[in-house]
Amino acid sequence: MTTRRIVLTRSAAVIGAASTGLLLPELARAQSDKVRVGFMLPYTGTFAQLGVAIENGFRMALNEQGGKLGGREVEYFKVDDESNPAKGIENATRLVQRDKVDVLVGTVHSGVQMGIHKVARDTGVLNLIPNAGVHVATRAQCAPNVFRTSFTNSQPTLALGKAMVANGHKKAVWITWNYAAGDEAFEGFEQSYTAAGGTIMKKLGLPFPNVEFQALLTEIASLKPDAVACFFAGGGAAKFMSDYAAAGLNKTIQLYGSGFLTEGVLEAAGPAANGVLTTMHYGDSLNTPRDKQFRLEYAKAFRLQPDVYAVQGYDTGLLLIKGANAVKGDLNSKKALYAAMEGATIDSPRGKWTMSKAHNPIQDIYMRKVENKENKVIGIAQKAVADPATGCRMG
Amino acid sequence: MSSPKAQLEKLPRSMQVILLLGAIALAAFPLMPLTGVDFYLQMLSQMMILAIFAMSLDLLQGVTGLVSLGHAAYFGLAGYALAFLTPADTPISLWWALPVSALGAGLAALIIGFFVVRTHGIYFIMVTMAFAQMVFFLFFDNKALGGSDGLYVNFRPDASLFGWTGIDLDNKTTFYYFTLLLLVLVYAFLRRLLFSPFGRVLAGIRVNEHRMRAVGYGTFGYKLAAFTLAGALAGVAGFLWAAQTGYVNPELMGFHMSAHAIMMVILGGMGNFAGAIVGAFAFEYVMHFFKDLTKHWQLLMGSFIVLIVVFAPRGLLGLVAQFSRKRGAP
Amino acid sequence: MDFANFLIQLLNSLQYGLLLFMLAAGLTLIFGIMGVVNLAHGSFYMLGAYLAWFLVSQLDSLVLAIVLGTVIAVVLGWLLEWLLFRHFYRRDHLDQVLLTFGLIYIFEEVRSILWGDDVHSVQVPEMLNWSIPLTDNLSYPVYRLVMSGVCIALALGLYLLISRTRLGMKIRAGAFNREMTESLGINIRLIHGVVFALGVALAAIAGMIASPVSSVYPGMGSSVLIMCFVVVVIGGIGSVRGALVAALLVGLVDTFGKVLVPQIAGMAVYMLMAAVLLYKPEGLFKQ
Repeated sequence: MTTRRIVLTRSAAVIGAASTGLLLPELARAQSDKVRVGFMLPYTGTFAQLGVAIENGFRMALNEQGGKLGGREVEYFKVDDESNPAKGIENATRLVQRDKVDVLVGTVHSGVQMGIHKVARDTGVLNLIPNAGVHVATRAQCAPNVFRTSFTNSQPTLALGKAMVANGHKKAVWITWNYAAGDEAFEGFEQSYTAAGGTIMKKLGLPFPNVEFQALLTEIASLKPDAVACFFAGGGAAKFMSDYAAAGLNKTIQLYGSGFLTEGVLEAAGPAANGVLTTMHYGDSLNTPRDKQFRLEYAKAFRLQPDVYAVQGYDTGLLLIKGANAVKGDLNSKKALYAAMEGATIDSPRGKWTMSKAHNPIQDIYMRKVENKENKVIGIAQKAVADPATGCRMG
Repeated sequence: MSSPKAQLEKLPRSMQVILLLGAIALAAFPLMPLTGVDFYLQMLSQMMILAIFAMSLDLLQGVTGLVSLGHAAYFGLAGYALAFLTPADTPISLWWALPVSALGAGLAALIIGFFVVRTHGIYFIMVTMAFAQMVFFLFFDNKALGGSDGLYVNFRPDASLFGWTGIDLDNKTTFYYFTLLLLVLVYAFLRRLLFSPFGRVLAGIRVNEHRMRAVGYGTFGYKLAAFTLAGALAGVAGFLWAAQTGYVNPELMGFHMSAHAIMMVILGGMGNFAGAIVGAFAFEYVMHFFKDLTKHWQLLMGSFIVLIVVFAPRGLLGLVAQFSRKRGAP
Repeated sequence: MDFANFLIQLLNSLQYGLLLFMLAAGLTLIFGIMGVVNLAHGSFYMLGAYLAWFLVSQLDSLVLAIVLGTVIAVVLGWLLEWLLFRHFYRRDHLDQVLLTFGLIYIFEEVRSILWGDDVHSVQVPEMLNWSIPLTDNLSYPVYRLVMSGVCIALALGLYLLISRTRLGMKIRAGAFNREMTESLGINIRLIHGVVFALGVALAAIAGMIASPVSSVYPGMGSSVLIMCFVVVVIGGIGSVRGALVAALLVGLVDTFGKVLVPQIAGMAVYMLMAAVLLYKPEGLFKQ
């Protein structure tokens, strides 16, 4: 036999042997006494940091309770959703059908969430959304077993309009990527800004994830608005702020945005971001006693500074704890479990918030200003902002 | 494929036996008394759907020699067709949704093929990729078409015929057998096609297109026909995918989906359709294996792909053929 | 759109087009001269950007970082050619597609292991960190002008290299007929190594000089790869001149498309490509 053949046959044998355990169906699993929590989060790719932060926050919340839910031990399962919507259903099904999780915590990316949501509605598994802001999950497609602890894409911008008009900026241009999150953020902005008396001069958009902003910045300059409102996130957000400042627009036209414009990118954006005003349900510099305590504990446990995603993960843990405690760990008493979570007031680092009838947070939205690579919270843009929950037939 | 010309077309007896055993195993699987079988039914259904997708690409790539980096466009389009056809409150009939979706995908392949088939070699590869991206952006950028969040398929197609409700596709086992049936049908169809006059012309084009033209064949027409047919068959797979998962998203038409299809076909061995099936199953299995193993699965996957290209260019069936040839079989 | 605006948009499209050209030039060279399809080209762009960020954080100077980064890129390109690509020149395009696709996975993961998944930026060097006022509220960053200048200089350098030097002559000969060139005593393996390293270096340099004005983030390679392919297809494989013309065209269509017809801006460039292919299936220019 040739060397090549030996190598190939032996590797095949090894792989075959090693993997027989993996994909074979399991013979009946003994009814374990542990609660099964499944994480479906991005552990690789652009959103990897967010996935890690959410899981960290969640575990921290549980560890504060001795790592138990309603008195029962917890067993964790993980799946990397790679932020790939095409695999959303497959990955969620794996957690629900193969690993038989009691709770599915996920996810970050809205496209993937659509897949999870379908599985959640079809199987009835308890799904806690720690980030994805896609509207339908708590609007037309709301479900009793789905709870969100983060935000809807329009919540931050719902608080933006009034604040802008109050600052005297009555004519604005809106710019974002032409994709679902951008469209939904615009919805909130349009509603609040026009209601407060502002005029949207033009709505600009570019294909996602195109970051060649020069053409549109030139267009903005020629329109001469009082302010620019936008939605960008991640690498594109840093670039937008840099380009905006490099074009000199920041000297004459105030830049506002949904908070994600300045989350996690201030290091990258540098001085270009100074003076940018954003609205969001959290701010790293909130400095309330609750927040300070959270930030200290998180930094000690993970040697990292927490961000809004860690807070959302933490709140997800808090919510689940509330529910599990109310049913003394019996997650199968769904009615009582859901009722407990619906009625919960979460004492979050972001401030106290309650669950809406559509299972989305009703929370204060803060106004933040960037100063020296930091988001300084300068006030509350609007209190108790609730998502309109259009089309939700619960409650 | 140090040269794509010499290819395994007639399967040796040993391989035919293996394939038959595989088919029987697939048919028997739902009957086995195992727990959690629901999940595996879904997983196997998905692998079978991908096998159909891979076979459609094999027609284009393995038989005709046209390497398309944009084949997933037709897969996704058929899925979207089902999503658009299914009304908000009732299911649509399978018997007309499936042909319409597949034909729609075929039509799109015909139109795009008209632009693309006139190019050759590297051009063809890049141009197919670019057109698929165009289709991707068409859906991604437009809310009316579902946008970046995709669309739900509200109901599984209804397979009742004039009141007969024998086949209920909502039942996972029924859906599994339906998919298996389609897999076998598509395979049989393509095998017949391979040895038909049309198939022989396609193979001839792969081996030497100039010679075929010199002999008098209008190669553009044949290539376009292969492109269209491959697109329609990809549509069948896409329809099934959308019916099974109930959700479509522009990623189904994206570059990664197309690239995965190419890898499946190559992994199994090109040009005989059996390789496409083997490759689809093997590829999915390996990917799941690596993902379960480590967070850095991409490194393993990438290395695996590189190793296959370097050491096993004829794919798994090619390896099996080599072994059995050396032993004096068939 | 008034005239001043039009001129500025023209400037914008020129700048974007020139950057695309840098990337496409490397790709078209490798295609044209070695006949290798390289899907990992975008990864080299990403590696360049991450290298720039990393080196600037260590050396505190963008110029030094670019010089050192170029050296690293050349070495990397040479190694890759020697280890892997060399064996694939005569293989099917399909094999090359597969190989480079596997490489994309590997590069992404290596980058993730080495440098993580965060978003970074590179500071524009102090000297160039100012803007020229164009209208009463719009300025143009000087760095972008410099960047365009560098691209033009590189384009000229490439042209001179290929058409006016002995090395360029050997490269062109090797592309035209490999066996003949070899039989004339020219070390074609060396030539191929040089061309490949050059292509990789061009992509990496593009990533490095663009890093202050783009962000450094995972996935930046794939977004740019498609555009690259479109440029090469429109321009004609192997034609550097074609790549330049095509890149400028794409820059124009992309820039004005976004402003004038935003609904189809995403598709506009592909429609351009389709139109070109209808009349010239081999691209605008021959090799």
